[in-house]
Amino acid sequence: MTHNEPLLRSEPSTNTFKVSRQAFIDPSILKRERERIFAACWLYLGHDSEIEKPGDFVTRSVGGRSIIFARDREGKARALLNSCPHRGAQVCRERSGNAKSFQCFYHGWVFGVDGQLRNQPGEDSYGKKFKSDSDSNMHQVPRFESYRGFNFICFDPDVVPLVDYLGNAREYLDLICDQSIEGLTVIGGMQEYAINANWKLLVENSIDGYHAMSTHATYLDYLKGTTGGLANMGLVGVGRDLGGGHAVIEYTAPWGRPVAQHIPMWGEDGKRELAVIRQKLEAQYGSERAERIAIKNRNLLIFPNLIVNDIMALTIRTFYPITESRMHVNAWAAGPREESEWARKYRLFNFLEFLGPGGFATPDDVEALEHCQRGYSTANELRWNDISKGMNREIPAMDDEEQMRAFWRHWNSLISANVTQGAAA
Amino acid sequence: MSQLAMKPNAGFGPAADIERLQIEDFLFHEADLLDRWRLPEWLDLFTETAVYHVPPTDIPAEASPDTNLFYIADDRFRLGERVKRLMKRTAHAEYPHSRTRRLITNVMITDRGADGLGVTCNFAVFRTKDGASVTFFGQAIYRLVIRQGSLLIDNKRIVLDTPGLREQGRLSIIL
Ligand code: FES
Ligand SMILES: [Fe+2]
Repeated sequence: MTHNEPLLRSEPSTNTFKVSRQAFIDPSILKRERERIFAACWLYLGHDSEIEKPGDFVTRSVGGRSIIFARDREGKARALLNSCPHRGAQVCRERSGNAKSFQCFYHGWVFGVDGQLRNQPGEDSYGKKFKSDSDSNMHQVPRFESYRGFNFICFDPDVVPLVDYLGNAREYLDLICDQSIEGLTVIGGMQEYAINANWKLLVENSIDGYHAMSTHATYLDYLKGTTGGLANMGLVGVGRDLGGGHAVIEYTAPWGRPVAQHIPMWGEDGKRELAVIRQKLEAQYGSERAERIAIKNRNLLIFPNLIVNDIMALTIRTFYPITESRMHVNAWAAGPREESEWARKYRLFNFLEFLGPGGFATPDDVEALEHCQRGYSTANELRWNDISKGMNREIPAMDDEEQMRAFWRHWNSLISANVTQGAAA
Repeated sequence: MSQLAMKPNAGFGPAADIERLQIEDFLFHEADLLDRWRLPEWLDLFTETAVYHVPPTDIPAEASPDTNLFYIADDRFRLGERVKRLMKRTAHAEYPHSRTRRLITNVMITDRGADGLGVTCNFAVFRTKDGASVTFFGQAIYRLVIRQGSLLIDNKRIVLDTPGLREQGRLSIIL
């Protein structure tokens, strides 16, 4: 496939916005995405709270690379390439734990949690400077920075600083982080699943306010059928382009929020609990911001593949292409550190009602995305997706598609640019 | 026990008298109801206080859903809602219903109390939908109780041996 034909057609004067279905099925586009996006943009690695104590580590795959996210003995967070500088073996083979050092089992080299080579069998067979040569250490990921507890890495050493990269998305990450006075924590247990669909279908779906009534009919039935399951709140809000491919929808919704929208089902205890949370937020931020934090839902996309959804629970979700038609998804729940047992329990109960591969809603999203991917078998004949909803409005609504257009415009600027590297600058 | 063939969970005496074969019959019956998508009848095998839990695979199998993110943590009410949902055409993930086949083996009675018993078994569940098949496998851990002569499930926990749901994608059926 050659791309003489554009991947995106945007004509604001006629309210036209079309994305080529090749974007979801062409392996050469995935190859470009790996070079220009996953090797060039900031990618989410993990949250501070996952490695609280010196020696704590987790290993995970980020952008197709095996990475160790660890706190060294001095308390400094590290992102190490999980490959031995000697001959390449994966050094750490555990998913998580607490380590005094990492030992590569192949030839037995031992590294500090900071990645420094400590010793290797047969040291006298190596030159004098071998140990002080930084090439002998485990390699740090080229760039590693954090914002409010969210740690990101980038494989391009020349990328802009993380705070600049996040740009306008910071306002929304701040709102999400501010729901906790003591700071957010990632809750134990990680959902790992997969979808037989192109990764960008999940980008769209994660910020799609248009599909709820149809795709999530059974979830909405469930809320309606459950005594006290609903707050008196409409599904109303806006979709925003935050620049740099980042986007958000912000809206009110009828479900309960542990921070902090009460539903009758949670009873008097719940009501008191939520009132206290609300008071604390007001004392800290004033009533206007407190109200926004408590009542508004946010589905935030940080380009290219981090979703932070502050909805009936708080979820951090990231996903990577395995092929052009399959992705792996990782999802975590987060909550305020200071939250009571009651609130934590309800947060998790609420989370599972909707979210995750065993929830009442996410499996139906997955089914929809997989059927989109199957539908693209006809992409030679039926070539374009339509993403124009709301182009005729001054302020696009949460159930319009402006937030998806924001993603696609930036994606297209990286993928269609006629350069071989440095496209993400 | 002759009534077993009719209603595999009725006619039970004290927990101390229950034999493994009776438990196997009960578990085979449960598996059969699930494979036939007779979910409302399957739900009748649970007590009013029952829970159905599927923890993630990166934390200890006995972890609590009050402090950890699970795949599924249903109380009896939500389990009933899950059944209702799965019987609708609008439960898109399971429409049309996938075909499943369950193998239940290695049944063991792990403890006996005054009114019930602990049981574990190994399972493999094969699922086919839209031309693709996946396998779930692991151990099921049950707390069974006897109420008015009926054997009922008070607690069912599915411990997967797979790396999360990486191969299966999602958990839209009941395990
Ligand atoms: S590959 Fe690690 S010590 Fe040789
Ligand atoms: Fe959805």
